[in-house]
Amino acid sequence: MKKLITSFLGIAILVLAISISSCKSKPKDADIKAAIEKALAADPMSAGTTVTVEKGVATIAGECKDEMCKTHCADMVSKIKGVKSVVNNCAVAPQVEIAADDPLAAAVNDAIKDFSGVTATVTDGIIKLGGTIKKDMWMKLKPVLDGLKPKKVDPSGLTIN
Amino acid sequence: MTLQEKYKNLVDTATTSGVSNLKVREQDGVLYVDGDTSGAVKQQLWTLYEKIDPNFLSGDLVMNISSVAGVNEGAKLKVTTNRSNLNIRKGPGTDHEIIGKAARHEIVSLIRKENDQWWVIKTDDGEEGYSYTQYLTPIEN
Repeated sequence: MKKLITSFLGIAILVLAISISSCKSKPKDADIKAAIEKALAADPMSAGTTVTVEKGVATIAGECKDEMCKTHCADMVSKIKGVKSVVNNCAVAPQVEIAADDPLAAAVNDAIKDFSGVTATVTDGIIKLGGTIKKDMWMKLKPVLDGLKPKKVDPSGLTIN
Repeated sequence: MTLQEKYKNLVDTATTSGVSNLKVREQDGVLYVDGDTSGAVKQQLWTLYEKIDPNFLSGDLVMNISSVAGVNEGAKLKVTTNRSNLNIRKGPGTDHEIIGKAARHEIVSLIRKENDQWWVIKTDDGEEGYSYTQYLTPIEN
């Protein structure tokens, strides 16, 4: 009987010791926040996000590029020591609207029609220019092309004089 | 230097010059600046853009600043072609038949906006059809 009591006492002390030690090593909110911020800063996908921590609950906010990025960000934060749960308040940034190639190519052809000597091809939303143009005409043409919602206007093949 | 830093002066100017619906976003190495403003501010922003990136050679900015969003039906428009007459077509696209012409610097009226590129216009002679907006400049009061 005495042996049993001793072993009970032993277990009780052990449990107490464990709970005390776990209590001791439990990171403070500020430390968790610092650890999360460090992880977010090191992760290019998480640029533009901020975090607050209260009682181990991490709340992330800011702008993510897309849904995948938003999930990835929350995932990463949840794995940081001391984080009990994650509240994901990140907003997905609206995508830039890019025109489809066929209507874009037709619109580009309409746009360059009055600029003789200029050629253009459209691939994946990128308008690639060629030929020759006078500078004042180029100053007129570029705003028109930008208005067609291209992904990019690439004048590297265009001679401007 | 990030794109936001490179074009900071431009974006700041757009903000302070009263560009409405201003949107500035960066995606895949290109900065997109969208908004509506007057013809004068649009010109100012394009001059500034060319100063930051001579001849727009970097291709890292797409600036879609419209100065015609506020132009309404009945507005007077000046034909500002480079040298030729302006074609008036049966439909919105250069694949549509030419049904009339407006002379360079002629004043025409806006009947309806089909889209950002094609507007229905009417000349003083009564010719009506689709013309390319690039060559139509609103007469600002």
